[in-house]
Amino acid sequence: MEQTNKNKVMQFLRGKQYPFIAIGVALLISGCIIKAMGFDPFLALKSLLSGALGTTNAWGETLIKMIPLIFTALSFSVAMKSGIVNLGATGQVYIGSLAGTLIATNFAGLPAIIHIPLALIAGMAAGGAYGWLAIALKNKFGANELVTTIMLNYIAIQFVNYMVSDPIRDYGATTALPQSRMVTDTAVLTKIIPNTRLHIGLFIAIAALILYYILFWHTTKGYELKVTGLSQSVSKYAGMNVKKNQTISMVMAGALAGMCGVIEILAIQSRITQDWAGDIGFDGVAVALLGGNTPVGIGLSAFLFGMLSSGANKMQMMAKVPNAVIYLVQGLVVLFVVGRNIFIWKSKKKNEKKIEKMKQAVHKEQVEV
Amino acid sequence: MDTIVSLFSSVVRMSTPILICALGAVFSERAGVINVGLEGLMLIGALFGVLGSFCTGSAFLGAVTAMAAGLLFALIYAFFTITVKADQTVVGIAFNTIAGGLTVVLYRVLLANSGVSQVKGFNTVAIPGLSQIPVIGPIFFEQSVPIYILYFLIPVLAIVFSKMNIGLKVRAVGDNPVACDTVGISVVKVRYMTVLFSGVMAGMAGAFVSMGQLRFFTEGMISGTGFIAFATVIFGNYTPLGVLRAGLIFGCASALQYKFQTSGSAVPYQVWIMLPYLITILALCLYHKKSNAPKYSGVSFSKD
Repeated sequence: MEQTNKNKVMQFLRGKQYPFIAIGVALLISGCIIKAMGFDPFLALKSLLSGALGTTNAWGETLIKMIPLIFTALSFSVAMKSGIVNLGATGQVYIGSLAGTLIATNFAGLPAIIHIPLALIAGMAAGGAYGWLAIALKNKFGANELVTTIMLNYIAIQFVNYMVSDPIRDYGATTALPQSRMVTDTAVLTKIIPNTRLHIGLFIAIAALILYYILFWHTTKGYELKVTGLSQSVSKYAGMNVKKNQTISMVMAGALAGMCGVIEILAIQSRITQDWAGDIGFDGVAVALLGGNTPVGIGLSAFLFGMLSSGANKMQMMAKVPNAVIYLVQGLVVLFVVGRNIFIWKSKKKNEKKIEKMKQAVHKEQVEV
Repeated sequence: MDTIVSLFSSVVRMSTPILICALGAVFSERAGVINVGLEGLMLIGALFGVLGSFCTGSAFLGAVTAMAAGLLFALIYAFFTITVKADQTVVGIAFNTIAGGLTVVLYRVLLANSGVSQVKGFNTVAIPGLSQIPVIGPIFFEQSVPIYILYFLIPVLAIVFSKMNIGLKVRAVGDNPVACDTVGISVVKVRYMTVLFSGVMAGMAGAFVSMGQLRFFTEGMISGTGFIAFATVIFGNYTPLGVLRAGLIFGCASALQYKFQTSGSAVPYQVWIMLPYLITILALCLYHKKSNAPKYSGVSFSKD
């Protein structure tokens, strides 16, 4: 009995060391680059950690940064499960945030309990529709989703820029930069911890992670989507509708990204501006890949990347290392996670040598006999 | 007439980085290696071109630096995708993130506070005689040196690709790696070569973007050109001449974008910025005959 439990634990842990090795190697390489540029890598790491976890406020900021990462990572993972590479979370975030802002900046009289869900649903619907667009182009016209989702990102960003520059612009604003009106008080997300900006979006993100777990690990539909992703021919043979399943996945992916956009606007930004989210979707891709598309993995890697992102400014201030270095770390982590064979490769060679030696020994024995 | 000449001359200039990058990528894609990381490789080329030119004071050495950087990063790409056999799309995505971070860091540390706002770039050189031809002359023969090299490269690469032994090997490796291995063609070697070549070309394409007009680096300046080059290979149905046609169409879209943006029309300028991206999507939708796509696209090869 004890033995089987131990086996179960071992089986669960198998392969789990690679993400940690990848993080270590990525930090090592980044440290060397930082050192080569004449900065102190240890000071950089120290100030990054204290900036991310040093105070209650720092913890709050790290958790805040986690929220969009969880959503965009889920957006990538949900699509990935059914075999679609969704690089379009950025665009879906922008379109979702625009729809959410339209609801949140109007209807001032509504009670919060109706206003907030309404804005969230609007964002999910808009993001979902934008995700649907990419998969519809693939299903109807065979357009490669790798390219279309990226192109749709640029288009969405320009569309938001246009909307902010005139149709929904707040002309009464004191700043010259185009921006929308403020989100009305009834649509602002509640804060959780006083003196921090941490908001209930965190709970929504965790709920999304749990729903993701239930859907893909405990329901038939989720299983069907997974089979679609693993083998299209198998799923066709089993009578599943591949196109329909992939469409469902992409709509969910878009909705998750759209939700992310609205939450960021309602809780942090309070108004929509040009290019407000940068290339937010690609951070999510990195989180999903490091987390191996599992709910716990995504949660943990979102925390790690949240730390990087919230500690980066302090690192820039204290160690003078440009904060963009975190993208270098992120990219390297993904590279070594996906290239994990690099760490197995050597031991495999060793095994081969062992087998070779054994063969030779056997051969020798046979000859001697 | 002048406007037409200036528009078409701009089409040639805007097509150039797309074409350089896509002509390199058509070889690696055809050999079965998908490279979503072209955007990142171009970004690397754009930065190192400016850095090289900044350090040496020579545009030529700048271009050489860019190509060397492209080669080095392509080598890492090839190592991870071909030797380590990691998922090609994901490695490509990782490369774009790494390039985005690394170029910004290097730019801020080395260039932003250097007090220099322009480096030596590619000057326009009118070819005596040819540039005197009405209309054609100013459009095609009053350009910078990389564009003339491109005129030369297009037919050469097209012949290498379709008529020569190397081109045949490249195509065979993408379509049937196992058979190639049986007859003694090293799949790994051919794929490495094509990826390295594509890296050099992407580096050069990036250098053309940074050293052509602006003559300096700005953060994220490639803004999708690498992805458009990726789309050009698909839209061009995986042949150099197809790439030429597709690249010119995307170049047209970019040139029109700048033309309309400055013309002060009633249409908001953001719509014109969208134009190249919209046309890319449209092109992929209208053209999905995948007859020339390699059968083993994105599949890594192992002997056992």
